[in-house]
Amino acid sequence: MRQIRIHGRGGQGVVTAAEMLARAGFLAGHEVQAIPSFGSERTGAPVVSYCRFDDAPLRTREPVLVPDVVLVQDPTLLATGGVFAGLAAGGLVIVDTTTSAVEVRAAAGAQEVDATVVTVPATPITLRHLGRPKPAAAMLAAYAASASDVTLEAVKQVFRERFPGAVGEANAAAADEAFAFVRDELTGTSESETDAAALEAREV
Amino acid sequence: MREVLEGSQAVARTVARCRPGVVCAYPISPQTHIVEALSAMARTGELADCEYVNVESEFSAMSVSIGASAAGSRAYTATASQGLLYMAEAVFNAAGMGLPIVMTVANRAIGAPINIWNDHSDAMALRDSGWLQLYAADNQEAADLHVIAFAAAEELEIPAMVCMDGFVLTHATDVLELPTAAQVDAFLPTYAPRQALDIDHPTTIGTMAGPESFTETKYLQHLRFLDAAGVIAAWSERFHEAFGREAGGLVSRYTADALERSRDAAPADEGDVTVIAMGSVLGTLQAALPALRAEGVPVRLVGIGSYRPFPAEALRDALGGSRTVVVIDRALELGSGGVLTGDVGRALAGTRSRVHSVVAGLGGRPILEESLRGVVRRAHAGELGALEFLDLKEGGVPVPHAGATEVHR
Repeated sequence: MRQIRIHGRGGQGVVTAAEMLARAGFLAGHEVQAIPSFGSERTGAPVVSYCRFDDAPLRTREPVLVPDVVLVQDPTLLATGGVFAGLAAGGLVIVDTTTSAVEVRAAAGAQEVDATVVTVPATPITLRHLGRPKPAAAMLAAYAASASDVTLEAVKQVFRERFPGAVGEANAAAADEAFAFVRDELTGTSESETDAAALEAREV
Repeated sequence: MREVLEGSQAVARTVARCRPGVVCAYPISPQTHIVEALSAMARTGELADCEYVNVESEFSAMSVSIGASAAGSRAYTATASQGLLYMAEAVFNAAGMGLPIVMTVANRAIGAPINIWNDHSDAMALRDSGWLQLYAADNQEAADLHVIAFAAAEELEIPAMVCMDGFVLTHATDVLELPTAAQVDAFLPTYAPRQALDIDHPTTIGTMAGPESFTETKYLQHLRFLDAAGVIAAWSERFHEAFGREAGGLVSRYTADALERSRDAAPADEGDVTVIAMGSVLGTLQAALPALRAEGVPVRLVGIGSYRPFPAEALRDALGGSRTVVVIDRALELGSGGVLTGDVGRALAGTRSRVHSVVAGLGGRPILEESLRGVVRRAHAGELGALEFLDLKEGGVPVPHAGATEVHR
């Protein structure tokens, strides 16, 4: 089973991200489940959602407590302390930020955590293509670039299906750019500091 | 076709395929997505030959449903929590008038303190309203139950609530296979009311009944309710034959080894610790309990599908004399214990079973697999009390920090 937790703020499409990830995972042949967690229902309030992939039908309704993957749609949440909580050893953390993995770890107080941290400027990329700060497609494309669970094509397909027309195309374009950014990051052709080597070694 | 769907969307689409003539509802979390989707389908024409009525409150939503049903239309509504309480008077009236309305209850806690999250307090508050209450274990069953509910309610002329855990199911996305419109058309008879209001032949229903006849009216309502278990079981059986999967039924049985749902599973036996639960926690139990079997704890699982009527006989059959019974209960009878536990205790009166009540998941507290395993281990060791609160925090009421999310709960 692969367990994913998504952090963000109300209005950033955190719940949609989990649902879209589940849809993309289903296209890859997984049994899937997405569970939102609803809090104070205010724009800007911290929100988490969960997604699971497995080979067998998913029965549990427990929130994800030990995520293999954490997606962080807003770097200001790093300091709240919950982002690395429960992360499985060797887990993958993808953060929407213009800073580096080293700075992400420092902000979260997670310098020593056994994890691979990938950074991607998902919101700036999305603002360029979509004009709105809803970075889900770019974040899921970053996930597709970092793991073998889902493909970029599936991510683009589910956004095009959900948001037919210009919005879907803008999300797909943002996904393309985020995917390319992370692939460059991981293959070392970009200048940004990441845990790329660790990721390569671990085959997350 | 297997597809990825949010629970609320699955329910809305299935309800639409049952071809209601009137849908009247007032939005309240966590039911809102269902009626929003039906409203959109009525606007686009996907929900054809249906009048979607906007009203200002739940009381009116149920009142319009009563009017529509009394006029001979298949009527549907949905609500939750305070919304169900706000329509309570009309809910009882619908049952008393024998109107087979189907209503989804997206189970949610009741204030105060105000809380939008899941437990079963809302439906339990109306357990004696004269409605059938069918509980969904997962989103597949939540969708399927609506087809069964319309069929059973209309045969019985008793309204039916389909209860699904708010947020836990309504807002969760799963891989589902919905009954197609053609399948539903083939399965669900056209609604043919025995009596319908007709302006050319005026009659009155729901009139005053004085002391000379009220007891007899209620007695007849009781007798009809005694028929309900058989009718629910029969429609669930037909559903299984037509669709090839289990839904509804009075109780759900689970295999001893893999905890898979199976109507053919053997009953538990005397030495087993049997967990009884209702709603989405059944899935969490399915995931949690196989590890205990591997440890050598003889644990079994039984689900309650129909809470009203309460299936005492089917439950006793499934328990097979199991001595240690643990009820996971999502509603609290203050000063007593779990609400479901009371029904289980009454069903097991005079048997040698000892019933433990574990109140869990109130107001959206996540029910964790490890906590459930701990309860069963202690029951097996003879250390579980008659009433316990799962994961109760000691030392007063905790206050979440600013910006707390479920990760911190």
